[in-house]
Amino acid sequence: MITVENLTKSFQGVSALNGVTLDVEAGTVLGVVGPSGAGKSTLARCVALLERPDSGAIRVDGTDITSLDGSALRAARRQIGVVPQGDSLLRQRTAAGNIALPLESAGVPGPQRRTRVGELLDLVGLTDKAAAYPDQLSGGQRQRIAVARALAANPSVLLADEPTSALDPETTGSVLTVLDRARAELGVTVLVVTHDMGVVRKICDDVAVLEQGRVVEHGKVLDLVNNPVSRTSSALLPAVDLNPINESSYDRVADVVLVGFAAVGALLPEAAHRFGVELNIVGGGLTRLGETPVARFRLGLNGERSDSALEWIGEAGGAVQRSLKGPQGVAA
Amino acid sequence: MRSATPWSDVIAYLVEATGETLYMVGVSTVIATLLGVPVGVWLQLTAKGGLRPNAAVHRILSFVTDLGRSMPFIVLLVALTSVTRLIVGGSIGSTAVIVPLAVGAIPFVGRLVQNILSEVHVTVVEAAITTGASTLKIVKSVLIRESLPALINAIGVTVIALIGYSAMAGVIGGGGLGDLAIREGYQRFNDRILWSTVAWLAVLTTVIQLGFTRAARAFDRRRHASV
Repeated sequence: MITVENLTKSFQGVSALNGVTLDVEAGTVLGVVGPSGAGKSTLARCVALLERPDSGAIRVDGTDITSLDGSALRAARRQIGVVPQGDSLLRQRTAAGNIALPLESAGVPGPQRRTRVGELLDLVGLTDKAAAYPDQLSGGQRQRIAVARALAANPSVLLADEPTSALDPETTGSVLTVLDRARAELGVTVLVVTHDMGVVRKICDDVAVLEQGRVVEHGKVLDLVNNPVSRTSSALLPAVDLNPINESSYDRVADVVLVGFAAVGALLPEAAHRFGVELNIVGGGLTRLGETPVARFRLGLNGERSDSALEWIGEAGGAVQRSLKGPQGVAA
Repeated sequence: MRSATPWSDVIAYLVEATGETLYMVGVSTVIATLLGVPVGVWLQLTAKGGLRPNAAVHRILSFVTDLGRSMPFIVLLVALTSVTRLIVGGSIGSTAVIVPLAVGAIPFVGRLVQNILSEVHVTVVEAAITTGASTLKIVKSVLIRESLPALINAIGVTVIALIGYSAMAGVIGGGGLGDLAIREGYQRFNDRILWSTVAWLAVLTTVIQLGFTRAARAFDRRRHASV
């Protein structure tokens, strides 16, 4: 749907983007994460067509949009709905008026405009706030109006630049829900630039990790968490606390990542039963990626067949990250 | 020592002079707004960080604007005599004063407008750009509409400044309140007319200022702190 090819951009000789290549499938949500200074904002501004890259291409439905001018550029901008970083609503316009802005730019006549604004207010759950001015709305409500505005002109791509950076956790949830609805109900392809791994955890299908202007990791979230050395897994999964005293009482200690209801619920007891080993969870925890429960546990095993048990867990779909005690790399 | 001018005459003087002042200031404010706002918009568009940055155009426009503002009004009044004659067909009287008043106020309004427009937050402008809005649309719906309260206040400031300038209208026979205070009051030692005019000017400017402040508020949808 939208592809970024070999994008480079530098400011006064300092390079911000160093050949960024990304691919977002239609109807999916890609999270672009990375530390500050990694080039996230520059990438977002290039995709929003606010900044022209030095080289490379951004293709929407196969068409390069980086070199357009005039009315073609304005038309391309309407293809990409943007939720900008920070407060971006017109303070002298009502919520409805703000949502109508892209429709006015597109020359949509009044009656159709009002219908569309009504639909969008409904989508973001703020129908009762149509006549409210931004100063009468909370931060989360303002951000939802910004999402509605970004969606107004029926863009095929929605770009959100740090959409939750100024919000508390609860409000963040409401904004993410709206982004998720946009994807689910309108089929929009979403690109979220964020430093908050919580955003990736909640709504992203794919993730791209940006570091020093380069994509150092790019793939499906659920695939990447299964890879023990991925940055995504170390950032998204619960930390495994080191507890040497506790660990010393086991024959084998290993970390394991389990994805999905069946794996998280049934795999470990079954392994213990099958191989007649004592199997305890000594660290780690459970989290959710979208609707999928994902666990990272540190396991302590006692018994002759501990290695076989770990091997079996690996074969049954758990990713056994490392055997911290005993023979290395049992099933990894 | 002659007897003081009767109050009925003072009031008649004031009414006539007020009419002249409001005519001169009113018409020149309208002209200065119609021409000064585009100048301010143009200054802001071409400024560094504006929607259409153009250093050369901006520098020339800035230079002309500042040159206009640096000119003392009394100099402008006499220097523009031939231009005035060309435009209004005469070089004396209230109508003739409108030309230098408007010419002096255009760069004044232009700078005020540019400063106000530059205060519109960049994220708001960029958000409008990403909606595919044209430059004209952004100027109208974002820059001007978002800063309308401040622009209304700026016009109020201009009106008060022009009332001040118009006091010199007497030089070319324009009349008005300032002329009344100077010619009838000060130069003829008529304290009653002098102080009545001063008091009336104070009332008039206060009322005008209040009117513009109210109007600005009426167009402002932002939250205000109040005690």
